[in-house]
Amino acid sequence: MLNLIWLVPALPLFGAVLLVLFGRRLREPMAGWLATVMVAGSFVVAVGAFFALRSHEEHSFTKILFSWIPVGSFKVDVGFLVDPLSMTMVLFVTGIGALIHLYSIGYMHGDKDFPKFFLYLNLFVFSMLVLVLGNNLLLTFVGWEGVGTCSYLLISFWFEKDENASAGKKAFITNRVGDWGFMIGIFVTFFAFGTITYAEFLPAAPALAASTASFIVLMLFVGATGKSAQLPLFIWLPDAMAGPTPVSALIHAATMVTAGVYVLCRVNPVIAASYDWVPTVIAWVGVLTALGAALIATSQMDIKKVLAYSTISQLGYMVLAVGVGAYWVAIFHMVTHAFFKACLFLGSGSVIHGMHGEQDMRRMGGLRKFMPITSATFIVSTLAISGVPPFAGFWSKDEITGFALKSSPVLYALATLTAALTAYYMGRVTIRTFFGKPKWPALNSGVVVGAAGRPGVNVGDSVEGTGDNAVDSDVAAEPDDVAALIAAGVMDADVQAFPEPVHADDLSAAYEPHESPWTMTVPLILLAVGAALGGLLALPIGGWQFLEHWLEPVFEHGNPTPTPYHGGTLIGLLATGALIAMVVLGASWALWVRSRIDVHRFEPAAFVRGLYYDLAVTRFMGGPGRQGAELLTTFDKAAIDGAVDGVGQATRWSAARVRYVQGGYVRAYALMLSIGAVVMVAYVLTTVMGWR
Amino acid sequence: MSTFPILPALVLVPLVGALAVLCVPRGRTELHRMVAIVFSGITAALAIWLLISFEAGEAGFQFVVSKTWVQDLDIKFYFGVDGISLFLVVLTGILFPLAMLAAKPEHDEKGYWFWLALLEVGCMGAFLALDLLLFFLFFELTLVPLYFLIGRWGHGRRVYAATKFFLFTMLGSAFMLVAIVVLAILAKAGPDGGVSFDLLRVAASDSIARTTGRWLFIGFAAAFMVKTPVFPFHTWLPDAHTEAPTAGSVILAGILLKLGTYGLLRYGLFLFPEATVWLAPVMLTLGVVGIIYAAIVAAMQRNLKRLVAYTSVAHMGFAILGLFALSTQGVTGSVVVMINHGISTGALFILLGYLYERRHTFEIRRLRGLQSVAPWFAGVFTLVMFSSIGVPGLNGFVGEFLVLVGTFVTRRWWAVVAASGVIFAALYLLWAYQRVFHGAVDDENRAFPELRMSEKLVMVPLIVLIVFLGVYPKPVLERIEPSINSVLEHVREVNRKSNPDFDIPIGTDAPTAVSSIEEEVGS
Repeated sequence: MLNLIWLVPALPLFGAVLLVLFGRRLREPMAGWLATVMVAGSFVVAVGAFFALRSHEEHSFTKILFSWIPVGSFKVDVGFLVDPLSMTMVLFVTGIGALIHLYSIGYMHGDKDFPKFFLYLNLFVFSMLVLVLGNNLLLTFVGWEGVGTCSYLLISFWFEKDENASAGKKAFITNRVGDWGFMIGIFVTFFAFGTITYAEFLPAAPALAASTASFIVLMLFVGATGKSAQLPLFIWLPDAMAGPTPVSALIHAATMVTAGVYVLCRVNPVIAASYDWVPTVIAWVGVLTALGAALIATSQMDIKKVLAYSTISQLGYMVLAVGVGAYWVAIFHMVTHAFFKACLFLGSGSVIHGMHGEQDMRRMGGLRKFMPITSATFIVSTLAISGVPPFAGFWSKDEITGFALKSSPVLYALATLTAALTAYYMGRVTIRTFFGKPKWPALNSGVVVGAAGRPGVNVGDSVEGTGDNAVDSDVAAEPDDVAALIAAGVMDADVQAFPEPVHADDLSAAYEPHESPWTMTVPLILLAVGAALGGLLALPIGGWQFLEHWLEPVFEHGNPTPTPYHGGTLIGLLATGALIAMVVLGASWALWVRSRIDVHRFEPAAFVRGLYYDLAVTRFMGGPGRQGAELLTTFDKAAIDGAVDGVGQATRWSAARVRYVQGGYVRAYALMLSIGAVVMVAYVLTTVMGWR
Repeated sequence: MSTFPILPALVLVPLVGALAVLCVPRGRTELHRMVAIVFSGITAALAIWLLISFEAGEAGFQFVVSKTWVQDLDIKFYFGVDGISLFLVVLTGILFPLAMLAAKPEHDEKGYWFWLALLEVGCMGAFLALDLLLFFLFFELTLVPLYFLIGRWGHGRRVYAATKFFLFTMLGSAFMLVAIVVLAILAKAGPDGGVSFDLLRVAASDSIARTTGRWLFIGFAAAFMVKTPVFPFHTWLPDAHTEAPTAGSVILAGILLKLGTYGLLRYGLFLFPEATVWLAPVMLTLGVVGIIYAAIVAAMQRNLKRLVAYTSVAHMGFAILGLFALSTQGVTGSVVVMINHGISTGALFILLGYLYERRHTFEIRRLRGLQSVAPWFAGVFTLVMFSSIGVPGLNGFVGEFLVLVGTFVTRRWWAVVAASGVIFAALYLLWAYQRVFHGAVDDENRAFPELRMSEKLVMVPLIVLIVFLGVYPKPVLERIEPSINSVLEHVREVNRKSNPDFDIPIGTDAPTAVSSIEEEVGS
């Protein structure tokens, strides 16, 4: 069975090739089913391989397919490494991938590029599997770039809108900054070990000089900050939400963005060999990213934007876990996060689908009655991400905070604060979407919202409308705020926080939300089950720590921090985590459902605008960055080319004096140059050589 | 090995083709085209046959043919092919018929096909020649046809561009001619210590003084650096590309630029190992500057063809970097970059030619939303673009990565800076792609025709190569590497005469930064 591991990436690749060749003929929905079956097939093979690996006497198995780039001492194979770490990744990538493929059949219904979408999805799954199965750094990099490329293609899938096209480009280029680091990391590894194959250089890592090891780790970490959207490179991920929602779930939540964390876990022996401050840097970048993104998430209006910043925040947790030496916990959280965040994204996709493309929470509310399955699964996942026991996120998050406390009380405090914020913003999203009064222009009900309900149309207008509660006044107040910001020059008009309603130009487009088809709800239910029960993978009770023991062979050389707390302390920590989650969720409920106070003050402009970080970067690139590039271009034209033309003009000026000799035709010049050459050769031959 | 003189045939068949075009009566325009394509097709078949019968793992020259031309001066019709030139010859063989199929001239068909066929003679001869004077003749022979192709069948400011191209390269060549003659005399490599233009004998000679060698190297380098082009001698290229007809651009980018880098390897590194090491830091720096500078300038271009021209300067920067890294990975990577750049940029220029036929403009701001009206065109363009950006799994990555890893093992910081080129490459191409293909299509572009079947067929071989060389480059690498190793061993041996500690990592040597090179430079 292990020998067949190549089938795992080969099946989606085969699917992609078939879709290139026959996609247009297959059309909808066959193209989608083909792609889904391929990924499901991968999952089946992966399950088989999992059991084969468990009964395998060794902890790892390598399958070499062929020699890829052999030049001198640099030898890279296309080979797959099957060990507990890659097996874990493969299982959740193919499992969740198959569910999201299935979901997409419903979600992408009616799209004119339906087959192309599944072609890209299959190609993505293939790249992701190459990334996790690659037996050397370069093959991992192939997958790494492959998923980035697919991400670009899928974010700008609806390319006719300029924002989508820009978002795809931004994601690719920002990631390339990280790729630069990854490449340097590969160079240093090759230089230090003479090989970049994991099985060869990882066991040798303990003997490595701390300076070299630190260099490798920091460079790979630069790569990880790109792919896993950490400070300072996280800015591409919120924009990436421009892609279709299944893409956000699969690529920008469950799988691709975890690649950075995966690579750091993979090279854990090198981290162990580096200076002590290196993991500390990683931990701090993680916790600050987690905190910053959670703060921004509290004030976003677009349901997908909240989830995007939430993803950045949760990835920060995983990076924090790596930084404090809790590698298996990072993987644990990666898996539970894959369940609940994929479920949340698909749930939001179901909402958007049911609301005919609406993404703004200010025009939602009360959807619970219209979309029972979506709302139930969404609520389960909210409880999971918020850390309410016994759902999955509770167990994995509390492991991280526990390890953080062992490392530094400040890290623990920041991580716990982030957990509280997480419960708050997730409560806010769930309540504003599924509870309260409906705020969309409904077909037959009496809650048609007037001018104030469509503020995107009348930016800056007076806000006396039908606003009947605090939430509505918030809706109306927002555009004023935006207008003021535009007036103050703080933000560009084209990056308003409040999007145009999808049906803004068509006021008769009232509708009633509906529940999604089974192809969409079945994946939701299965993912919700995972989000509820995922904690069973590693409960902090003797005999239940399956994941920890399973991953042990991979991490034993990396000096992992042992599980820090037991007994009373452990129970105290767990209780604190659970209490915070539940209290904050309750407070969130009180604030968003019951309260009559002005909730708008809980959404300060700084958070709405993402702490102005993205804006500053955009400003710099569009301002001084672009001016510099233009200056260089002018230099090329004026100075370098100018010098050439100057010489030409000087020549012409002197040529005017001898113009009878030179007619100005290059043909003549060529002739003369040739004659000159012949004369010169003849001179050399006769005089110098004395030839005949 | 058969006794068929395949190398002379590779030069003679296109020459016969060119003469045959001349014999066709002026009115028969279609026949001119057919004759030219048939002869370059035969040349392509010969080149592929050469590839198949080439002995892998051999370092030396194969299929060597030598006929005395001027006995007393040891000038010969001397042809041979090794791992370095093999793939450039094959690339020439493949790219010419594709360029001929991709575009037709709008007037004066006869002259157009004649010059194009003659251009192939020059390219083939220059890659195959093993005699200094013979090489120079072929090298110069490429100038005239391209001058006429740009000047008569080009766009807009074609005369300015053609003149600039001609004068630039001619000036460089003048230095080289002097260097060749002086070298042939001073090397005393002929029988009885006389004059010799035989490349291998001259290389083996040790009668060139150190300073003389350095001056001669500069003479050769002048020609090759203009041709490549290396920053700051690059400004003729954007003009030439912008105004050249499609086939001219394809051949210019795909083949002619490689004459520069190939020349630096064959007539620089190989002939002047000591001067190479001496000047390496300068060349490496110019390479790195070219990579980043050209990428930034490319991003700011408003003309699509100019943009691609600047990307060529950036890619050639990688080739230069790899050459002067003086490690097996670096130099092999450099040759791989030459091959892959020929394929990718050749494909890009063919696509731009198709675009021009449809819209009669290269101005980016006049193009918009093409992906929605021509998805196949956009899809093929995307693939070629990713190959040019260097996405792994496609051909462009292999060479670029080998160059960088090979540079890192000898010249760490140059590699670190050069690697940032991968960011800029993504920037300029994706931005241009977005402006041309993304967005909602406007009225001006709504009638943009989709790729026709004949046009798709021209792209097929290039796409197959782009994917194949990215996934399985081993057949190419194992043919190139032995020849590279033998050149590098020659470089090491010669340098050790003056500096016994000199070392560079060759073949399976452990990767270690070469401090002795730096010391040598410091002294």
